[in-house]
Amino acid sequence: MSCFGQSGTGSTSFVGILLIVAALVAVFVLLLIADSIMRVEAKSQGFEEKEEEFSLIPSLKSIFQKRKPDHLVGKPTHMLTEGHDIVLEGEPHQHLLHAEVATFAVQPSNFRGIFPIPKLHVAVGDDVMAGDPLFYDKSTEHIKYVAPVSGEVVEINRGAKRSIAEIVILADKEQRYAEIPSFDYEKAERSELVRFIQAHGAWPLLRQRPYDVVADEAETPRDIFISTFDSAPAAPDSAYIIQGRERDFQAGINVLARLTDGKVYLGAKADEAVPAVFADAQNAEVHYFGGSHPVGNVGTQIHHIKPIGRDGVVWTLGVQDVLTLGALFTQRRYDASRTVAITGPCVDDAGYVKTFIGARVGDLLKSNIKEGCDNVRLISGDVLSGQQKSAEEYLDFHDDQVTVLEEGDSYEMFGWLSPFSVKPSVSPMVPSSIFSDVALAPSTNTNGERRAFVVTGQYEKVMPMDILLQHLIKATMANDIERMEGLGILEIIEEDVALPEFVCTSKMPLQEILRDGLDYMREQD
Amino acid sequence: MALIDFFKKIEPSKDKRLLHTAYDAVFTFAFAPDEVTKNGVHIRDAVDLKRTMFQVVIALQLCYLFGTYNIGHQHFKALGMYPDLFQAFHLKLFYGLTKLLPLFIVTNVVGLGIEIFYAAKKGHSVEEGFLVTGALIPLIMPPDLPLWMLALSVAFAVILGKEAFGGTGMNIWNIALLSRVFVFFAYPLEISGDEVWVSGIESTKALSAVDYNWFHLNVLNPIFGWFGGSQFDTASRVLADGFTGATPLSLAYNGGWSAVTEHYSTGQMFWGTIPGSIGETSKPFILFGAIYLLVMKIGSWRIMLSMFIGAAICALLMNAWGATPFMTVPWYYQFYMGSFFFAMAFMATDPVTAASTSRGKLLYGFFIGFVGMIIRVINPAYPEGWMLSILLFNTFAPLFDHSVLQRNMAKRLKSA
Repeated sequence: MSCFGQSGTGSTSFVGILLIVAALVAVFVLLLIADSIMRVEAKSQGFEEKEEEFSLIPSLKSIFQKRKPDHLVGKPTHMLTEGHDIVLEGEPHQHLLHAEVATFAVQPSNFRGIFPIPKLHVAVGDDVMAGDPLFYDKSTEHIKYVAPVSGEVVEINRGAKRSIAEIVILADKEQRYAEIPSFDYEKAERSELVRFIQAHGAWPLLRQRPYDVVADEAETPRDIFISTFDSAPAAPDSAYIIQGRERDFQAGINVLARLTDGKVYLGAKADEAVPAVFADAQNAEVHYFGGSHPVGNVGTQIHHIKPIGRDGVVWTLGVQDVLTLGALFTQRRYDASRTVAITGPCVDDAGYVKTFIGARVGDLLKSNIKEGCDNVRLISGDVLSGQQKSAEEYLDFHDDQVTVLEEGDSYEMFGWLSPFSVKPSVSPMVPSSIFSDVALAPSTNTNGERRAFVVTGQYEKVMPMDILLQHLIKATMANDIERMEGLGILEIIEEDVALPEFVCTSKMPLQEILRDGLDYMREQD
Repeated sequence: MALIDFFKKIEPSKDKRLLHTAYDAVFTFAFAPDEVTKNGVHIRDAVDLKRTMFQVVIALQLCYLFGTYNIGHQHFKALGMYPDLFQAFHLKLFYGLTKLLPLFIVTNVVGLGIEIFYAAKKGHSVEEGFLVTGALIPLIMPPDLPLWMLALSVAFAVILGKEAFGGTGMNIWNIALLSRVFVFFAYPLEISGDEVWVSGIESTKALSAVDYNWFHLNVLNPIFGWFGGSQFDTASRVLADGFTGATPLSLAYNGGWSAVTEHYSTGQMFWGTIPGSIGETSKPFILFGAIYLLVMKIGSWRIMLSMFIGAAICALLMNAWGATPFMTVPWYYQFYMGSFFFAMAFMATDPVTAASTSRGKLLYGFFIGFVGMIIRVINPAYPEGWMLSILLFNTFAPLFDHSVLQRNMAKRLKSA
């Protein structure tokens, strides 16, 4: 009985505590109501700022968010917390390397959305000038895919099912450019401008989302997005690349602004000095982004500026694509020059090579492979979303980086257990990950076998978007279209899921699954 | 690289599937495979499922050490011998080992055997899920559980709970708990009552002698004798005065907190020198494991925290209600008793069976804590709730996720 007696006194004091809690809750609720009334009022007054900024109570996000740098106060800034920077050995130094590239190729498979057997304008043995049409897709005859360099067409290689794999041009020593008439993009109709760009080969530079396909001429994009920096491992520095080409860049932006009814958005780095050509660009709205990779991916930036929905398509371009587009009007020629970063742990001297679109990979790297790297993988692009190439193959159309690293086809004793192996990782289970700033030289070993999904929540930690990726991937594997769309598959392409694929404990091929899903959705559309 | 040549030499042909699967499991244990990435990412994080799962096994090691010792300690304490913790250290340790090792071996032989069989049938490699399950199961069983029962429960859990659903990563319910719940419902006598939690005392009551087996008497005793230590002794024994094998929970169910403190001090309950399932008694060692999992970012802090909050709130409400003696136990003392922390750290956080979204995890943990406390306090048959509560919310975990997904989808469609 004594314990019942005890409980009596215990529960009276407990009721007291409950009353105090109830009073606190009541005050808090009142506060919340007042606060939301204020926010509603602010919205009805037509302030464009986000609602949260009028709230008394700081949102959780704003508490844990990184502070935005002082010089960006008043400018649209997005500080992202999720993500991870992989630091690779062989980051490109700001100096030009010499490389003699003999042959260049245009690969129709680089242009997603066109028929794999395009109609050819040229035959082997023909002489072409830079900007001369090479082929077109039969459904869009006036969109020309043109030669990046002048010279002789030496090979037309076929791939699977008679598709055309590459059209190879042996470049002249001195470039000759096809003549382009002058064109006043300020005054011309949009449709005339579109025809002009299509006829002179710059149209394939425009990539359309959803699906990442060549821009559809029938659609007017809602907005156009350009990321002015690349945060991928050992990525090229566009601030270095753009030196001396400021006029072409601004011209390109001006042209793009004519092509959309919305805005041209530039994504710029928040934590470093941004070159004036980006920061003060006319006809564009600059948004600043801070954080780790994939902060420089245009997909991440679109998500935070104005997400892609069912309300139309957006176009994206790389910085060097804008230069080519601009040069069409300023220099009146199809200037396919690219400053390509030669990077990776197996490169002797990491730097930049000035060349053209579609350069032969082996020529770019000649005598630049580190001693001791006998079995290397050559990648067009970065280590996360690039394509594997042999030395005889060619850089992909949109790529401005070559990465070289060692193949990892060897066994490692207790490799899954050893705490001493120095490999990139986001997890404290690998002690070397504590030193996240130290450059590493990883190999291509998968570090484990493929498994079913076990670990949850790890994708979201490196993906700064409001996308539940694991569920999206599961829906994609099940071809559940409604869920795929609802969970945001239209907002992303391969490069956006590359970092989650890197961290995946179960070694899932996320990029492949995503692409299959996107293709499936496109068929259904 | 001599070892790898040896391994390559003994590799059985791929036609012998069962043998090759078993070989492959051993080989990939010794050597990380030479697979390379294809297109997609070209480098992969150094972490794989093996490494992840093994961290859980590491986190359990202190529970193993202490659990083993505590089997012996409880045994001798019940007989009124060596009541101090470190008295007759070697006897207690080796007595514990002779109880624990058979449990561990049977669990893993049965479980891994089934895994390898099914992996060979499906043409997969053996997945690592059982690495953790096989480490957890011995810790949540009473020390005197007959081995055939254990084997049956493991087989039940692995075949019906996991392989029937498609293997590691596909199961709905926590495998370790499924085997425990099998024993609980199929052999209720073996796992309830006051005597099962202390090893080797049932026979004492009947025969007035401890039936140490051949190994104790003819192998261990001579060795201990050689070193001049005390030995297992078969003389008739009666149970110590005032002994009860009852766990604090069953005491609390009948008599409230005062009944508990008659037998156990809070210090004993905290450090775990009390009867119970093998691995669940010692709070500091379990919490060490929990912290290890949190530091390694394997265990979800969301589930652990919300489960604690859910249990605490429920216990507070029970205090306010106060209808039975158990309800009047102050809420913070509820955590001294039973296997709350073990369930929180190692069972609820199993990523396969838990909710998989951040918000879902918070709800999932909260409900496990809240409902588990209700089951513990109100259930007349068995005063502990985490096993049933976790299995119940394993079932509902997809529902929590579903609501989070719907929210995400609704938001996206609205903004479009």
